[in-house]
Amino acid sequence: MKDEVTRDERVANLKGMGCARKRVEDARFTQGKGNYIDDINLPGMLHGDFVRSPYAHARVKSINIDAAMALPGVVAVLTAKDLEPLSLHWMPTLAGDKQMVLADGKVLFQGQEVAFVVAKDRYIAADAVELVEVEYEELPVIVDPFKSLQSDVVLREDLEPGADGAHGPRKHPNHIFLWEVGDKSATEAVLDEADVVAEEMVYYHRTHPCPLEPCGSVASMDKVNGKLTLYGTFQAPHVVRTVASLLSGIEEHNIRVVSPDIGGGFGNKVGVYPGYVCSIVASIVTGVPVKWIEDRMDNLMSTAFARDYHMHGKISATKEGKITGLWCHTTADHGAFDACADPTKYPAGFMSICTGSYDIPVAYLGVDGVYTNKAPGGVAYRCSFRVTEAAYFIERMIEVLAIELNMDAAELRRINFIKKEQFPYNSALGWEYDSGDYHTAWDKALEAVDYKGLRAEQTERLEAFKRGETRKLMGIGLTFFTEIVGAGPVKNCDILGMGMFDSCEIRIHPTGSAIARLGTISQGQGHATTFAQILASEIGIPADSITIEEGDTDTAPYGLGTYGSRSTPVAGAATALAGRKIRAKAQMIAAYLLEVHDDDVEFDVDRFVVKGAPERFKTMKEIAYASYNQAIPGVEPGLEAVSYYDPPNMTYPFGAYICVMDVDVDTGTADIRQFYALDDCGTRINPMVIEGQVHGGLTEALAIAMGQEIAYDEMGNHKTSTLMDFFIPTAWETPHYTTDHTVTPSPHHPIGAKGVGESPNVGGVPAFSNAVHDAFRPFGLRQSHMPHDHWRIWKIANGLGLHD
Amino acid sequence: MIPAAFEYHRPDSISAALAILQDHGDDARVLAGGHSLIPMMKLRMADIPHLVDLQDVADLRGISVQDGTVSIGAMTTQAELIASADIAKAAPILHEAALQIADPQVRYMGTVGGNIANGDPGNDLPGLMQCLDATFTLAGPDGSRDVAAREFYEAAYMTAREDDEILTRVSFAGTDAGYAYEKQKRKIGDYATAAAAVLLKKDGDKVSSASVAMTNLSDVPVFSKAAGAALVGTACDADAVKAAVAAMLDDIDPNEDNRGPVAFKRHVAGVILGRAIARAWSRS
Repeated sequence: MKDEVTRDERVANLKGMGCARKRVEDARFTQGKGNYIDDINLPGMLHGDFVRSPYAHARVKSINIDAAMALPGVVAVLTAKDLEPLSLHWMPTLAGDKQMVLADGKVLFQGQEVAFVVAKDRYIAADAVELVEVEYEELPVIVDPFKSLQSDVVLREDLEPGADGAHGPRKHPNHIFLWEVGDKSATEAVLDEADVVAEEMVYYHRTHPCPLEPCGSVASMDKVNGKLTLYGTFQAPHVVRTVASLLSGIEEHNIRVVSPDIGGGFGNKVGVYPGYVCSIVASIVTGVPVKWIEDRMDNLMSTAFARDYHMHGKISATKEGKITGLWCHTTADHGAFDACADPTKYPAGFMSICTGSYDIPVAYLGVDGVYTNKAPGGVAYRCSFRVTEAAYFIERMIEVLAIELNMDAAELRRINFIKKEQFPYNSALGWEYDSGDYHTAWDKALEAVDYKGLRAEQTERLEAFKRGETRKLMGIGLTFFTEIVGAGPVKNCDILGMGMFDSCEIRIHPTGSAIARLGTISQGQGHATTFAQILASEIGIPADSITIEEGDTDTAPYGLGTYGSRSTPVAGAATALAGRKIRAKAQMIAAYLLEVHDDDVEFDVDRFVVKGAPERFKTMKEIAYASYNQAIPGVEPGLEAVSYYDPPNMTYPFGAYICVMDVDVDTGTADIRQFYALDDCGTRINPMVIEGQVHGGLTEALAIAMGQEIAYDEMGNHKTSTLMDFFIPTAWETPHYTTDHTVTPSPHHPIGAKGVGESPNVGGVPAFSNAVHDAFRPFGLRQSHMPHDHWRIWKIANGLGLHD
Repeated sequence: MIPAAFEYHRPDSISAALAILQDHGDDARVLAGGHSLIPMMKLRMADIPHLVDLQDVADLRGISVQDGTVSIGAMTTQAELIASADIAKAAPILHEAALQIADPQVRYMGTVGGNIANGDPGNDLPGLMQCLDATFTLAGPDGSRDVAAREFYEAAYMTAREDDEILTRVSFAGTDAGYAYEKQKRKIGDYATAAAAVLLKKDGDKVSSASVAMTNLSDVPVFSKAAGAALVGTACDADAVKAAVAAMLDDIDPNEDNRGPVAFKRHVAGVILGRAIARAWSRS
């Protein structure tokens, strides 16, 4: 048989792992041909909208729906009283708490859902919202978690005051849990005797994932067949199906959940929201499809926020700078309901990764969860369950310790890194880091930016500032972060009891192309591009001949969804392993066709060849065809495989980020001159997609560090509910990023990949923030809370006497 | 973010537009670029039963410079301002300022008249027009009248324009004075934290005339006569700038908002004015 194509050309033709394959999704997204939730329009569909509370804390005395019902086109107005007979006026949260679907006697945050109006069009629904008369009696408002634990005002009257919560004893009616990890007494003993202890309160402010597309759902109850179809913005469609079944009593096979194209999730679309429940109930009640789409203000005011961690830290070291212990007590503001999206056993997520990239012999972490009159949540915003908070905490504490020791912060990091030969490394707070080579990455980063040169320039700038020649200070923001992603081993990690495995099912078609379905769902990550590349390398079929499908629970295998950078570590592994099952069967077929023993053929790019006789081979295309038209003794027809993957461990991506910034002390503006990002995400599947992820994550990090916040006044009024005040950077505000990498594969992952989507947000925020702090270090600044917007930077300068 | 129902009118002449305003009184508002009014309607902070879209009124368009007087139709977009060689020559400060309004997409829709007539203290053109000592022409049921920009603004969203009048044109004398529009904002598209418009003329080594106006530092644009006076006759040295800043600070009255507290805004206003004066002087 003629074969003029070289082996290299065959490899290139696959567009497999390592190839900067262009994103196959982009053809439709860039032409406006995406299919998002608001694009779904079903015959006879009604539209829902919420009456929301103007108060942060109030008793609901009465709700009068008469005027709203009288408006032509209004079909129904649902209140908690209507949902109560179905036991749907409250719903469970992913964190073991429960949450009001519609106000049941009181409201606990501004923007809370009070009544659900259903009308023939979206405009009538909005008009009817204004006609629903709600009588409120205002109650005292608590927005400060520390005050909440001292207050006589009980926020959650539905909870038995002395009874345990989902995570153990509650010490106050407004207390949710105390979660402790590590050895408290041993840590405190080390701190007591240490040469040097740095102590600081590090606040990671409340912010919001704010995906470009807000949340929404379309519920369609077919009363004839008893089937419910639910379209929605779900990062975990299969879990939503299970939850919907448990809540509604509809058998799970009668529920089909579909996540269409999703316009960004970032953790915001993991949880279950009252809008989803109300659209389902309204469809059941009316017998026609009901759509609910939130607007930007609804999204920022009521769906899940992120962070809001007050982290009190102490870190000890020898005089030489060797860290001896780390202590952290966090006060976590969860708002009105604990609606975190964390694995069940981790009420503060993976905050216990807060020892970071450092070999710290002993550590303690305690987290108190607290209720306040703010929106519920605590989701992982482009983050693996509180890793962002942990990374910010340790990277600030390292900087503060460097000040205490009067040491260079780069050197302090270097002498405390976990060494390459220590992996797998068991951290003081119980994690087994799979692999790393921090020193190599750090040296590469420092050299790439000419760290010594930057410090020299900074010194010159400082002298010029002191001479009055400039009003700008230069800051160098260093960060070395270690992520923990890919939840996770089923033995440790579950969501509402569902183990956090993931899945892939592959069908090879007779002509040698394929479809693979996964339990995850892309929200912009490019799964249709990258998972096809994994498969191409594993089974020798070109990525361009493989369709990737996700998000329809009637067709895709069960999976826990996409968040926490878990798609590649878990579903990517399932994909590789399912591919290997295909390959194993293909090997038997090839051997049969070539009339040799199974062990006498070997896989080579896109074919099986007879060992020692490369001219004798069968391509995967030929094998696929044979699997459907040959009667092969002992082998079933067809070529399909499915794999459910329970990872043995998390993966631990890491990276070194350096930000150089000029800060104007008079106006508080900051000019980011340079940003260098080195990421080690193990094996790299598609360098272009990785770079895109890094750019996006860094830009969200820029937003969070430099301006983005969810702010409330003392009355619990939401102050940042539009994009005028909630900072989303445009191309104008976004600096140029320089990306780089090292490759330290995960030893336990089938292809060695670790996940990268969230790394830039985890590492980016401390890099930006440390740059601001570093600029003012010579004047005595230790800690100033984010976001570092103009007036807060100005306030630092003002407080340090730089305006005198 | 769904507005209440409204009637949409699209007259093709000023007289037809005025007739609709006459018919509906308080219930009608004219629509220019819509970048202030439409969001207000979507937030249901403005209830406008009759919306009168002016985009088909040809008489409201166009830029002309005649005998040194610049005249700009109210429906001229900010993008058209930026593209106009006449404006760049006769009033380069307006070119410089227009480039700092919102973002390119908004500037394709946003108009000179809307920016000026809405009375939003955050808008850039009102202060700029006061700096240029512009005249606003209002058409009403009884004909046209002129109001000085420096007399036009009464309070936030309150102006000398009556409900049944339409701002049709702005005009001002072209100037070769040294100029600067200096604006600090949190991000592209934001209103100013503080902004300063400065025009300076030089005679020998001295300032012969000076005009200073500030944006978003009070509930109305602030033309600071005293700040200008502090510069005239000086060599625009550090003491003179300091005196001008001090005079300006007496005239502004900023509020605390998400951009920052009053002390910060006052401090930034001083810095921004100092920079604007320096740049204008360097160009004079």
